[in-house]
Amino acid sequence: MAARGNSRFKWIVPFLYIVFLMLPIYWLLNMSFKTTNEILGTFSLVPQEFTLDNYRAIFTDPTWYSGYINSLIYVCINTVISVSVALPAAYAFSRYRFLGDKHLFFWLLTNRMAPAAVFALPFFQLYSALNLFDTHIAVALAHCLFNIPLAVWILEGFMSGVPKELDETAYIDGYPFWKFFGKIFLPTIAAGIGVAAFFCFMFSWVELLLAKTLTSVDAKPIAAVMTRTASSSGYELGLLAAAGTLTMIPGAIVIFFVRNYIAKGFALGRV
Amino acid sequence: MSLTLKNVSLIVDGQTHIYDTTVELVPAGFNILLGTTLSGKTTLMRLMAGLVQPSSGRILFNGDDVTGVAVQKRNVSMVYQQFINYPNMSVFDNIASPLRLSGLARAEIRKRVETVADLLRLGPFLKRKPSALSGGQQQRCAMARALVKDSDLVLLDEPLANLDYKLREELRDELPRLFAARERTVVYATTEPSEALLLGGYTAALHEGRITQFGPTGDVYRHPVDKQTASVFSDPPINLIPVTKTGERLQTSHGANWRVYGAFRDLGDGEYELGVRPHHVQPHDGAGDGAVIEGRVQVAEISGSESMVHFDLEGRPWVSLAHGVRAFGVGETARFKIDVDHSMLFSPQGETVATMRA
Repeated sequence: MAARGNSRFKWIVPFLYIVFLMLPIYWLLNMSFKTTNEILGTFSLVPQEFTLDNYRAIFTDPTWYSGYINSLIYVCINTVISVSVALPAAYAFSRYRFLGDKHLFFWLLTNRMAPAAVFALPFFQLYSALNLFDTHIAVALAHCLFNIPLAVWILEGFMSGVPKELDETAYIDGYPFWKFFGKIFLPTIAAGIGVAAFFCFMFSWVELLLAKTLTSVDAKPIAAVMTRTASSSGYELGLLAAAGTLTMIPGAIVIFFVRNYIAKGFALGRV
Repeated sequence: MSLTLKNVSLIVDGQTHIYDTTVELVPAGFNILLGTTLSGKTTLMRLMAGLVQPSSGRILFNGDDVTGVAVQKRNVSMVYQQFINYPNMSVFDNIASPLRLSGLARAEIRKRVETVADLLRLGPFLKRKPSALSGGQQQRCAMARALVKDSDLVLLDEPLANLDYKLREELRDELPRLFAARERTVVYATTEPSEALLLGGYTAALHEGRITQFGPTGDVYRHPVDKQTASVFSDPPINLIPVTKTGERLQTSHGANWRVYGAFRDLGDGEYELGVRPHHVQPHDGAGDGAVIEGRVQVAEISGSESMVHFDLEGRPWVSLAHGVRAFGVGETARFKIDVDHSMLFSPQGETVATMRA
């Protein structure tokens, strides 16, 4: 009977966990529908004067919405580059043995261990010298530094889960390498590609320091726009809250599509 | 179609995987590679297919040197021990894929896939993905893909090893019929001597990267050229004991002795090693005439209608596959009789000097 008594209260811990997890997000959402005066003046759990002005301001002001567009552009470029470069690399790591392969694999991972601040200055200097400063491609390339190793690592795990005999069977059936790779191998590890793309997307989307350092106007990311607005025209808290809410949406959409695959990634011991 | 390996060897990272091997497979025949795990069966098959290149030697298809030719151009098919299918394709597309690559007309492809699928009883599953099939069906799908292609050489690498007992029996009966129907050379790898005997054909015994003997399966079984071949072709391993021949008698070091006749009698006196397969060693209750030995029982396992009795004979581990259920106490001294008609003698170097009979 003790077991039944326990199970009745089993929901408490996850419930509390979710409440605490959702509280800041709810508060952000709550703020985004309030005026700045209400935010500063009163404490309220729901907006007293419900307003969509904050969102309207973001969608009509180019300095705001171009931030989203810029971010989306370099994030997408980065995801495409990272995954397409990581695919052949991961294939090599999973299928061939070559001199120093394990060291190289580890070295790739160490790129993720260095703080982005370390690279900010050399990147700024380098991209300025190459006239790439304030372009989308600059940020996309800079983010490859930590996204390619990550993608290689994730994909290598998925690829190693595919038996080498599959490759050999395809060759015996008469598939040339590229046809095998495109028609059989890639569909087989589609889940891995989804997971890798998701993580590349998320890391590039939330990264602020490099994105901010390498841009000024034309490619300014939304996160940078948010920090600047806070300092120039006082505290427009409602506007910032709305911008923050919108920032979460792309991630939420992407995670919806890959949610099943991520569990698979965990099962394979990666991610 | 004939396949010949000429002085083929394979060395990887300084380790020899296949020693200098020359063998000519029997064209349009069932060739069995028999050996324990790690004896090099799969490696030899990969060499035959062209998936690995030999370190030295040449591989000939119908007399043409194909040593450097890419696997895609060799017209072979292969079935692995693991169930290998293309997971993203339906069973139909899996079977059709080698045909599509060869550029056959759609109607022809459909016809051939359906014929093969019916043969392997995959007809109702053509639209499914391989992951929605049972293990046996998955392996049949892999076999269908190997069958549908008009390949000259079919390599079957322990295709039944991962299947359950009943399915294995069933597929094993069908295999020679399925593959031997056309003019193609089949190579079948297995670890089980009984499987080789059931399939018949020709057998190459493999031991640690060497083909020790190649010939008709029955011949290799009855007249192994050496101790290694005899032990490869015996499961549980063949029983061995040193014996001395003096005149018409064979004697073990502890004094058990018996009269010899036939092929054994004609041998010169000297030291030999006697080999007897476990099912030719039976518990013996009667008087001590003939080749009767005494051993101390270590383990007795009962498996259905047979008992496997492990016993110690003068310091050597021996096994008797006894008919019927026999009860033995551990440590008990028991008498066994060697079926002399099925024994063989090896020289101290391990070569077979005499085998008793068929």
